Amino acid sequence: MSDAKRHHPNYLAIWAWLFVLTLVELGVAFLTIFSKETLILILIGLAIWKALLVALYYMHLRFENNRVRIMAIAPLPLAVIMVIAVITEYVW
Amino acid sequence: MTHAHANVMLPPAEAEAGSGVYNEKLGMWVFLASEVMFFTALIGSYIILRFGNPSHWAAPGEILNVPVTAVNTFLLICSSVTMVKAFAAAQDGDQKWLKNWLLATTLIGATFVGVQVYEYLQLAHHGFLPGGYVEGSELAEAAAAGEAFKGGPPLPASVALYGATFFTMTGFHGFHVTMGVICMSFVTFKAFRGAYSVTDHRGVEVIGLYWHFVDLVWIILFTIVYLI
Repeated sequence: MSDAKRHHPNYLAIWAWLFVLTLVELGVAFLTIFSKETLILILIGLAIWKALLVALYYMHLRFENNRVRIMAIAPLPLAVIMVIAVITEYVW
Repeated sequence: MTHAHANVMLPPAEAEAGSGVYNEKLGMWVFLASEVMFFTALIGSYIILRFGNPSHWAAPGEILNVPVTAVNTFLLICSSVTMVKAFAAAQDGDQKWLKNWLLATTLIGATFVGVQVYEYLQLAHHGFLPGGYVEGSELAEAAAAGEAFKGGPPLPASVALYGATFFTMTGFHGFHVTMGVICMSFVTFKAFRGAYSVTDHRGVEVIGLYWHFVDLVWIILFTIVYLI
C-alpha cells in the first residue's frame, strides 16, 4: 500500500467540465430566447452543478467519512431558509 | 470546595478520539460552515435590495465588463485544479510537482486579484463607484442620454444600490482570495523547505479546502452578480 501510488480522481476531467459549464453559462446568459425566469433557473442550476463538482471532487466530499460530510452540509439548510425567506419578500 | 468544583467538571463520558479527521481540518470545516452563512447573508441582502429596488437594475454587461470577469473566472477554475494537483502530488510524495503546483496556484490566485483590481479601476474610471455613478462621468452621461441602460434610465438610487451590492460582494470575495494568496505563499514557502511529506501534508489539504471554497463562492457570485 505504501509503495503503490494512490489512485486519484480524474481532476483534469472535472476542470474540463467546469470550463465547459462556464462557457454554457456565458452562452445562455446572453441568449435572448429564454424568459427572465427560465434564464435565472437555468443559470442557478448550472452554478449549483459547478459548485457540486468542486465540493465533491476538489474538496473530496465524495470520498470523506460521514461526519465530515454532515459538517459540510449542516449550514446549507440554514442558507436555503434564509434565501427563501428574503425571496418571499419579493414574491408576496 | 475545590473538590466539589472538580466534580462539576467531570465529563459525562470518557474523552473520545474526534471525528476521524485531524484538528486543523476539523477547524477549517467549522470555519467554512460559518463562511457559508457569511456569504449567504450578503446574497440575502442582495436579493432584498435588488427586488426592492424602484427602477431598472443594470442588465448583464450594461455596466460590468463580463468578458474580463469570464477570463478571471476561468483563471480561478484553473487555480483550483492546480491546487488539487498539488495535494495529489503531496499524497504521492512528489516534492517537485508539489512545489510546482503550489507555485502555480499562488501565481494564478495573485493574477485573479490583479485582474479584479484592474476591473475596479476601470469601473471607477468610467464613473461607477460603490455609491453609484459619479456626476458628470462617462457613465452618468450615457445614462442621462438613455444609451447605457436598455431597460430605461435607472434612478440614481438604483445605481447606488447596484454599486453598493456589487462592490460589497465582489470586494469581500476578493479579500478572501487575497488572504488565500497570502496563506498559499506561506504554504508554498514551507513546501520549498521540504515541510510536507507523504505521511504529513496537513497544511496542503487545509489551504486547499479554503481555496476550493473560495472558488465555489465565486461560481455562485459570478452567476448572480454578473449573469443574472
